[in-house]
Amino acid sequence: MQKVNPPMLKIILKNLFQKAPTRMYPIEKREPFAATRGHVDNDIDQCIYCGICQKKCPAGAIAVDRAEKSWVIDPLRCVACNYCVEVCPKKCLSMEKNYITPMTCTWRK
Amino acid sequence: MGERSIVPFGPQHPVLPEPIHLDLVLEDEKVVEAIPSIGFVHRGLEKLVEKRDFHEYTFVAERICGICSFIHGMGYCQLIEKIMGLEIPRRAQYLRTIWSEFSRLHSHLLWLGLLADAFGFESLFMQSWRLREKILDILEETTGGRVIFGVNKVGGVRRDISADTLQRVVIVLKEMETEIKDLCKVFINDYSVEKRLKGVGVLSFEDAHRLGAVGPTGRGSGLQSDMRKLGYAAYNDLDFEPIFEKDGDSYARCIVRIKEIYQSISLIEQAVTKIPLGEIDMKVTGNPNGEHFERLEQPRGEVFYYGRGNGSKFLERVRVRTPTFANVPALLKILQGCELTDVPVLVLTIDPCISCTER
Repeated sequence: MQKVNPPMLKIILKNLFQKAPTRMYPIEKREPFAATRGHVDNDIDQCIYCGICQKKCPAGAIAVDRAEKSWVIDPLRCVACNYCVEVCPKKCLSMEKNYITPMTCTWRK
Repeated sequence: MGERSIVPFGPQHPVLPEPIHLDLVLEDEKVVEAIPSIGFVHRGLEKLVEKRDFHEYTFVAERICGICSFIHGMGYCQLIEKIMGLEIPRRAQYLRTIWSEFSRLHSHLLWLGLLADAFGFESLFMQSWRLREKILDILEETTGGRVIFGVNKVGGVRRDISADTLQRVVIVLKEMETEIKDLCKVFINDYSVEKRLKGVGVLSFEDAHRLGAVGPTGRGSGLQSDMRKLGYAAYNDLDFEPIFEKDGDSYARCIVRIKEIYQSISLIEQAVTKIPLGEIDMKVTGNPNGEHFERLEQPRGEVFYYGRGNGSKFLERVRVRTPTFANVPALLKILQGCELTDVPVLVLTIDPCISCTER
């Protein structure tokens, strides 16, 4: 026996008259939330190259060289956990809300 | 007895989001026996505890599973806190409770979608995931991540939620509840859904008990086990009863999860009204020394965390027994005697999470 009032009917009718829940992505972008962990940024002028972020990084994505004064992050290895930002003594690291753009890996041997 | 043949199911199959292999021994179209083999996504995360210090391992623990990630991190943190004898601030415990109920909400909505997809109801699948998206947005707004929240740490949580946001979240959930009710009416009343679920894959109470089924799989067979009743985090302050059904078929397991969605919404509302003000974390000094085990309720069932520390910053051993691991024997029992065409749906009704299982 077919039921007279199909339970899906209300949802179907609603869908016919409401706006699409998806957006036309590359044309229409959603602004990330203020809290979103996108990528790590370093204000390099403030950095003292202490290497704490390198030691604490659970993914091993940061390489710091005090003698050469270099601070390099592998954005494809970074898991954006915010741990380095929390432990940074100079507070020069910050978590930005935008995700990294697609890229090819040129720095890993 | 007819002739027997073996049909391999998985590790790649349209219904499986993750790889598990089953050898289905068939007699005509009936499954006589299912022989599982796992190990396709083993990552050695338990061993990694010897290489990452106990603070950093929180991030690894969260990545054991992609869907119930928060409760893994929470279980690990609770374990270390118990070993070190830390009593974390009450607000942190409430925040953990709120987030773990949110992760249950998003996991159950995901499961409803996957189930609909498994029995070929594409539009129902899309509708479930449309609702799930709103939960993910709330999570991203409050924690910074959509599925890997990264807000747990040993000694508390790393982010606070403002009172305004909490109030707004409750209003959003109230609005969503009516939408979820409309959606769940389809799962409960639809003729074709009933045909695929009712009386299919029956797991009796005795079998569920004997095989150690956990979570909604066990509760669908009348097993009243809900680890939240142990009163970890803030659950001892909240009013709820474990949900269980007696029939033990796929439909009962579906109903249990649907009712748990409403229960989670109610728990979040209760937690928001009762949440105290105060600190969200505490200073942790020293290293864990000793051993302990912790049991928590994940969306998929009971998770068991065991850990042993030796006074250094690296733990000696961490053992995780995840709900899907406990539910595999029950799955094999469910599969016995079913039709070949029902196998994908039945595999999904235990809500398999293979990455969890293999760690």
